[in-house]
Amino acid sequence: MSLRRRDVVKKLLEKRGGLLVVAGLGSTAWDITAAGDADLNFPTWGAMGQAAMLGLGIALAQPKRRVLVVTGDGEMLMGLGSLATIGVQQPKNLTVVVIDNERYGETGMQATHTAHGVDLAAIAKACGFRNSAMVTTGKDLRKIVHEQPGPNFLQIKVAAEKLPLVLPPHDGVHLKERFRKALSDVLEKKP
Amino acid sequence: MQPDWPAEVHRELAAAGVRVVGYVPDAGHKRLIELCHADRKMRAVPLTTEEEGIGLACGAWLGGERAVLLMQSSGVGNLINVLGMVSVCRFPLVMVITMRGEQGEFNPWQVPMGEASARVLETMGVAVRQAGEPQAIAAHVRTALMRAFEGQGAEAVLIAQRVIGIKSFQEQREQ
Repeated sequence: MSLRRRDVVKKLLEKRGGLLVVAGLGSTAWDITAAGDADLNFPTWGAMGQAAMLGLGIALAQPKRRVLVVTGDGEMLMGLGSLATIGVQQPKNLTVVVIDNERYGETGMQATHTAHGVDLAAIAKACGFRNSAMVTTGKDLRKIVHEQPGPNFLQIKVAAEKLPLVLPPHDGVHLKERFRKALSDVLEKKP
Repeated sequence: MQPDWPAEVHRELAAAGVRVVGYVPDAGHKRLIELCHADRKMRAVPLTTEEEGIGLACGAWLGGERAVLLMQSSGVGNLINVLGMVSVCRFPLVMVITMRGEQGEFNPWQVPMGEASARVLETMGVAVRQAGEPQAIAAHVRTALMRAFEGQGAEAVLIAQRVIGIKSFQEQREQ
């Protein structure tokens, strides 16, 4: 039976501690919000293709904290070069998770390249990600995100389903400021 | 005597506490890129395309650090859509951009984007500072750093092609 995206993301974000999370625009932004909106979430509403690079920027700025990018297959396909850039930088604290439903979910469920066999995990591996896998079961995923030295890449195949929207705040200034404030609060507690 | 503008700009970046420098190379940025790579307090990050730099710089800011981007004007076109994130979130952004398509350009394919660069940036809400002389570059960069990081603005310093020197391009033509 196929994995369901909201279950997968919720499981990854349970007991997240100080995990810093970026989501790609569209369905994955709704997924992380459905799991519980948090100040240390930066859900994007645009800038398609930049989720992984936002994650890299955070990971380089905060090398002692774990960073998770949750994005879709369409969003990742628009920023494939960023996998090469991350491969060069080798951030140990970064995991990129692609929730792969093989569809552009926000625009009419058109097939993406992954529906035709494009293997994002193989691309990430070839770009120098330390660990990279395409998975169809939810086993051991938390360990990779929360503990395994990266850069890690997971392409998680999920069912193509249309789900109720769970929208995060959309004011970009608010999203940015709350993230920075929450991060500085965490840093003050644990220098 | 010509000022050593790459060293001056590097000093400005260091003084402003810049820790991440994303770049897509340009011949005009060669020395500044080398200085940033050699600076142990900076992380110089080569990019496959300029728009990656926007994600990188915004991410670094979310993580509490300051970033700048180095690129040539041909890359400005690659930034357009992602500059929307900079604008809507009011991310601070500093880009130092060497011009192509100006006086001395040997490649006509560089001309359209070079001629449109300043207008494109301004249209997307980026303040543009034109450095036409090597003496002016570091001061423009200092102003851009201050306006961006103290005032949450998006800033670009455009370095005229004549500053970088047309000789290297002539040499390329002859090769």
